[in-house]
Amino acid sequence: MKRIFTLNRHLSQRIGFTAITLMAFATVVPIVATIIYILIQGAPSISLEFLTAYPYDGMRAGGILPAIIGTLYLTVGTAIFSVPLGIAAAIYLSEYASDTPLTRTIRIAIINLAGIPSVVYGLFGLGLFVLFLNFGTSILAASLTLSIMTLPIIISTAEESLRSVPQAFRTVSISLGATRWQTIRRIVLKEALPGILTGVILGLERAAGETAPILFTGAAFFLPRLPGSPFDATMALPYHLFVISTQVPEMPIQIQYGTALVLLVFVLSMNLIATFIRSRARARRQW
Amino acid sequence: MYKIIIENLSIQYSDGTESLRNISLNIRDKAVTVLFGPAGGGKSTLLRCLNRLNDLTEVSNSSGRVLIDGENILDPKTDVIALRRKVGMVFARPVVLPLSIRGNLTYGLELAGETRRSVLDEAVERSLKLAAIWDEVHDRLDDPAIALSGGQQQRICLARVLALQPEIILLDEPTSGLDPISTGKVEAALIELKKEYTVILVPHSVQQAGRTADHAAFFLQGELVEYDEGKKLFTAPKEKRTEDYITGRFG
Ligand SMILES: Nc1ncnc2c1ncn2[C@@H]1O[C@H](COP(=O)(O)OP(=O)(O)O)[C@@H](O)[C@H]1O
Ligand SMILES: [Mg+2]
Repeated sequence: MKRIFTLNRHLSQRIGFTAITLMAFATVVPIVATIIYILIQGAPSISLEFLTAYPYDGMRAGGILPAIIGTLYLTVGTAIFSVPLGIAAAIYLSEYASDTPLTRTIRIAIINLAGIPSVVYGLFGLGLFVLFLNFGTSILAASLTLSIMTLPIIISTAEESLRSVPQAFRTVSISLGATRWQTIRRIVLKEALPGILTGVILGLERAAGETAPILFTGAAFFLPRLPGSPFDATMALPYHLFVISTQVPEMPIQIQYGTALVLLVFVLSMNLIATFIRSRARARRQW
Repeated sequence: MYKIIIENLSIQYSDGTESLRNISLNIRDKAVTVLFGPAGGGKSTLLRCLNRLNDLTEVSNSSGRVLIDGENILDPKTDVIALRRKVGMVFARPVVLPLSIRGNLTYGLELAGETRRSVLDEAVERSLKLAAIWDEVHDRLDDPAIALSGGQQQRICLARVLALQPEIILLDEPTSGLDPISTGKVEAALIELKKEYTVILVPHSVQQAGRTADHAAFFLQGELVEYDEGKKLFTAPKEKRTEDYITGRFG
């Protein structure tokens, strides 16, 4: 009787383990398949010209330089607004705010903000930045819109990594005559930095790949030159991909895949950097 | 002669816990004063009061006065940063900051605005020697402090406090996690320190209290039961409750 029982237990563990392994594979396969597919389809169109030339012939030929530069501008623009603000908010929430109904409301708001569909941010950006503040369809308006979308990600990951710094470090630092801010600057931020950077990169990566928030706020269908100021509209990789896939008749398919590949490499390399920072910090962490 | 004068000190945490009840206690300069008693007696609360570390926790109510060199440090106008440089603290668990050994030692001085390399180097050497750890670490001051053993880390923590040239040193069960040899080294350092500093120690055992105390105060549930010279208190306590505790007849 007992023997059968143990046999069953081993068997069910086996089955459970196999099922979980299979499910893990099932989730990885489509991701890897997508990457490989885009790589194979897109690689032939990648050339120096493709990366450094303007599109011509109704975008059916030439390169995608303005879209690449545009996405870079938008990513940097988003970083300028969202990184300082996000880190400051995280420091406030983790280090200064006490647990009151107000701060709890702020936290819940941040969590919910992360769940809002990106097109809604786009409409909000149109209303606030493009129309009300009169920034026009511009890099500025698009960056601000992307920043609002990115902020919740940055705030919550940064807050989490600040909180994971042991409380004892703060107590010891204060006991040695440090102020709260000195403690944060010299000990807490330094220890939380890898985690904060990871969150920043993940947030910016999402911003770089989004179409909907820039659709009404800053993205241009086609521009014959690079944007000259933050008040100019810009081409951008995800929107360009959308345009050439749906709006241009007789579009050569390789250019679409080539553009997709560039966007994918852009985003994945940010992801790789984040992973690298995180694993290196984990190896060096002293607590 | 008295470095610290505590008058009618009561402290209540905001959850209602009354950790200290009307404590009056005079603590002598250049001696080891031991605060001992069962857990929850309020010893840590008292120590954290002396460097105003209690400011970090939710204390709902405190009354009484604590005079250090005649100044009431509980006064809201007290410069707590200066106070904490003057009243150093070593905690139960050795917590080295995530810096090098040298970085741990110079942390407080740098915050105090000291930038001269020679002054910092001198402070590092002097305080490591005082804490009896110089010989073990002098050739690897730039290594991360976390790489040291627990006993070494605790002496680094002591040295880190000494680097600030405090006048009072608070130690809250500093040897509770250490092996007997490391404990012996820390105790020896304390005996050396009392020549120059006011040392207040919460020991981790009655035996340690007996070994180190010039003066001893027995705390029980927020109350100061008995305070006397160590020799007297551990051989002939006046209070029954003290006697029960030091002879081990205590739950
Ligand atoms: N931060 C705090 N909040 C609420 N109660 C506390 C806090 N710290 C200590 N106490 C309570 O105060 C009493 C004295 O604690 P403590 O000073 O740590 O005693 P001891 O160091 O003698 O063990 C205990 O009842 C403890 O539960
Ligand atoms: Mg205690």
